[in-house]
Amino acid sequence: MANIISDETIEYVGILAKLELSGEEKEQAKKDIGSMLDYIDKLNELDTTNIEPMSHVFPVHNVFREDIVTNGDDREQILANAPEEKNGAFMVPKTFD
Amino acid sequence: MANYETVIGLEVHVELATKTKIFCGCSTAFGGAPNTHTCPVCTGMPGSLPVLNKQVVEYAMAVGLATNCKITQYCRFDRKNYFYPDNPQNYQISQLYLPICRDGGIEIETESGKKVVGIHEIHMEEDAGKLIHDEWEDASLVDFNRSGVPLIEIVSEPDMRSADEVIAYLDKLRTIIQYLGASDCKLQEGSMRADVNLSVREEGAEEFGTRTEMKNLNSFKAIARAIEAEKNRQIDLIKSGEKVIQETRRWDDTKEYSYAMRSKEDAQDYRYFPEPDLVPVVISDEWLEEVKNRQPELRTEKLERYKKEFDIPEYDAQIITASKKMADLFEATVEICKKPKKVSNWLMVETMRLLKESDMEPEDIRFTPENLAKLIQLTEAGTINSSVAKQVFEQMFKDNTDAQQYVEEHGLKMDNDEDGLKKIVEQVIAENPKSVEDYHNGKEKAIGFLVGQTMKATKGKANPGMINKLLKELL
Repeated sequence: MANIISDETIEYVGILAKLELSGEEKEQAKKDIGSMLDYIDKLNELDTTNIEPMSHVFPVHNVFREDIVTNGDDREQILANAPEEKNGAFMVPKTFD
Repeated sequence: MANYETVIGLEVHVELATKTKIFCGCSTAFGGAPNTHTCPVCTGMPGSLPVLNKQVVEYAMAVGLATNCKITQYCRFDRKNYFYPDNPQNYQISQLYLPICRDGGIEIETESGKKVVGIHEIHMEEDAGKLIHDEWEDASLVDFNRSGVPLIEIVSEPDMRSADEVIAYLDKLRTIIQYLGASDCKLQEGSMRADVNLSVREEGAEEFGTRTEMKNLNSFKAIARAIEAEKNRQIDLIKSGEKVIQETRRWDDTKEYSYAMRSKEDAQDYRYFPEPDLVPVVISDEWLEEVKNRQPELRTEKLERYKKEFDIPEYDAQIITASKKMADLFEATVEICKKPKKVSNWLMVETMRLLKESDMEPEDIRFTPENLAKLIQLTEAGTINSSVAKQVFEQMFKDNTDAQQYVEEHGLKMDNDEDGLKKIVEQVIAENPKSVEDYHNGKEKAIGFLVGQTMKATKGKANPGMINKLLKELL
């Protein structure tokens, strides 16, 4: 494997993704990410000079909605997915700005 | 002792006045019960797909054109990844690489003269939900009604040097956006929010100092106070040999103090990437031209037209055009009663006074052009005198009272019965020998007192011209 992921990197990626990994899982993740990066290196071997970067695979653009209200009050259904609710709102652990 | 210069750039978020959210058909109406304007898209349910509201693109283009920006004719959305309970998808759909507008600027005027404040870019994005902190449960409650409400973020260049310039810039921006009808821009209600990026440096220095970002600024006054406090805080740090830390700070306007919210050092790594669920937006020359042609008359053009078309002074035109609501009210009222100067006087004097007294914005005005026109017609026809007109106006300002009806119901019509008035004047003269004597001794002012007494005796309904005439005859 050409790409070696350091302990610091895996720690940092874990924080960003809000994942708590065990020592074993960290080692596995390091290997997985390393091989993904190897694959990207493979793609990088291709000469892409003068080729426009592509963000979408379909040649489609300008898919719009008109500004008309189409949804009604669906609160009951939406809140059916809430682990906890109160006063019509999702209840989550206390969070500050 | 070194002198310091303050360098300020602003990030202004504006909620667009669309009927629906940016990526779904939910209503954007303010004040609904929690989560009654939500659907799988704006609550981030797996498998839901966003579809862009065309009106959002048009409003963003309109604001870009009015602020002299270049419109990015091939633009795209990107994902900004972060975790927070008000953000159900764990990412915000925004624009990083190809924002819809770039490289603009607007001219501002302050006591130190005119200058152009550059606009780096304007991008479209979605608003987050609202967190309500529940003291009883030791929990937070999430309302997603605001989640997905369309925003534009207007990022200025670091071109401002004082609170005055910041206020002038915000005021100009707000006027432009209100004129375009793209937003009502109410700071108090949060439909316009300004984050202040501020750093200080020694005068004449080339390099910028380390900047902080200040949030939670809900009024122009709070912005001015926060700028002053942050400038002083940074200068004190530098003078005492300490360093300014790049961080986000939250302003507490009641304590007039800011505190650090989060340090930029703890990884504000948003891992942006192109939004795969939305296709690119391609703005053709024709579409751009269409939006350009639809641009409404902005303040500067309106001001010139008012002076020409309605023959009102520059000063009047300045005050009336300062707010779109006021200008609309002016034109609609003139349309009905055809008395531009009278309408302008009511708006400039009494309306401004009552707005200030009740701490209201012009947008909060409740009376209609129809009723203001009626009041002016009543005054012009001599049906009511000016002091009664003021009284009626105050009532109208409160609850859009019908002037005609109010005058009739309260018996406020001007009394033009000369014989009746003559008797009252004679009585006032008899009761106030001292003032009569003063008048005869050359004190012209004494007549004013007698007019007042007569007016009082008629409960304010007499014709002041007639009182004056009668007094002079009888004295």
